[in-house]
Amino acid sequence: MDVLPYVVAAWVMLVGLYGIVTSRDLIHLVICLSVVQSSTYVLLISIGYKKGGEPPVFADRPPTARAVDPIVQALTLTDVVVGATVTAMLLAIAVQAHKRYGSLDPEKLRAMRG
Amino acid sequence: MSAAVRRNVFLMFGAGFAALLLWSFGGLPDFGHYAGPYGDILNASSIPERQTTAVVSAINFDYRGFDTLGEEFILFAAVVGVASLLRNLRGERDRRPDDDARGRRVREPSVAVSVLGLGLVGPTVLVGLYVVVHGHQTPGGGFQGGVILATALLLVYLSDTYVTLLRVGPMALIEFAEALGAASLGLLGLAGLIWGTAYMENVLPLGTAGHLLSAGTIPLSSVAVGLAVTGGFAFMLSEFLEQTLVVRRRR
Repeated sequence: MDVLPYVVAAWVMLVGLYGIVTSRDLIHLVICLSVVQSSTYVLLISIGYKKGGEPPVFADRPPTARAVDPIVQALTLTDVVVGATVTAMLLAIAVQAHKRYGSLDPEKLRAMRG
Repeated sequence: MSAAVRRNVFLMFGAGFAALLLWSFGGLPDFGHYAGPYGDILNASSIPERQTTAVVSAINFDYRGFDTLGEEFILFAAVVGVASLLRNLRGERDRRPDDDARGRRVREPSVAVSVLGLGLVGPTVLVGLYVVVHGHQTPGGGFQGGVILATALLLVYLSDTYVTLLRVGPMALIEFAEALGAASLGLLGLAGLIWGTAYMENVLPLGTAGHLLSAGTIPLSSVAVGLAVTGGFAFMLSEFLEQTLVVRRRR
């Protein structure tokens, strides 16, 4: 099947979104956001893949036309780094929200106090 | 909005979104039939033009070097963000991490965890350094190696107490590594402006592909990023550990 990896990316994204929408816990919510972000890794890597592809690393063999696209791999690396920083920021917010409201349930954060 | 209503609204719009996604994927090239020319061009030119055998590193630290600078400053901004979010709130104070509740000592980890953890610190640091400095030859580079190096600090935390972690990686040193790495990457770019024609131009001699000292500024950028990532992640980890170990609500 030629589109299966794309369908997987869509599925991972939608599952993550479902998790965010129905989340009852801020930590769970942050993890769900990471799941959504993972779908972009799947999509990027799939776009650059070639049938019978080889890694774009030529340390022990000459360059070959069968090597997969290195650009999407570089973009995925950027994606992972940005994902990690976003996760760290959101977890820090979750820590402070828990201190202020005594709960990680987004429903209970509604009453904003000054 | 109740949880059930919210879920139903999402299922409704999610179905539409899924349909649009699948429709748009119809416009992509079939999986396994890569279409664009750019990846192939870079695969062919990375060794002749840059003497770099790991094409992804050639892209990250040279062809797309300016984006990596931006990425590096995203990390820097996140570190600053975490530090300011996790600063002491009103009514919070620091206590000494080794001075727990009166009459009770901090429980030490089991001997097995200590020995395994400390035993793994050396190999982890070695692997991290290897990945950082060989980024231009084999898969790896500053980002990947930096994260590995930062986990070495977590192993110290696991195998002993937080006090040891502070002794091995004092906050000032971690902050310095982060700042030095970020600044070095920016200054390396400036070198291209001074001795070359453009910011981030690869101005150093390229050497021969496959040698450790080759690829011009690529390994240097990789080391700079490695420093910054190690410092950044170690700093963020320490900030989170401090929240449970050091920061206390004043009574």
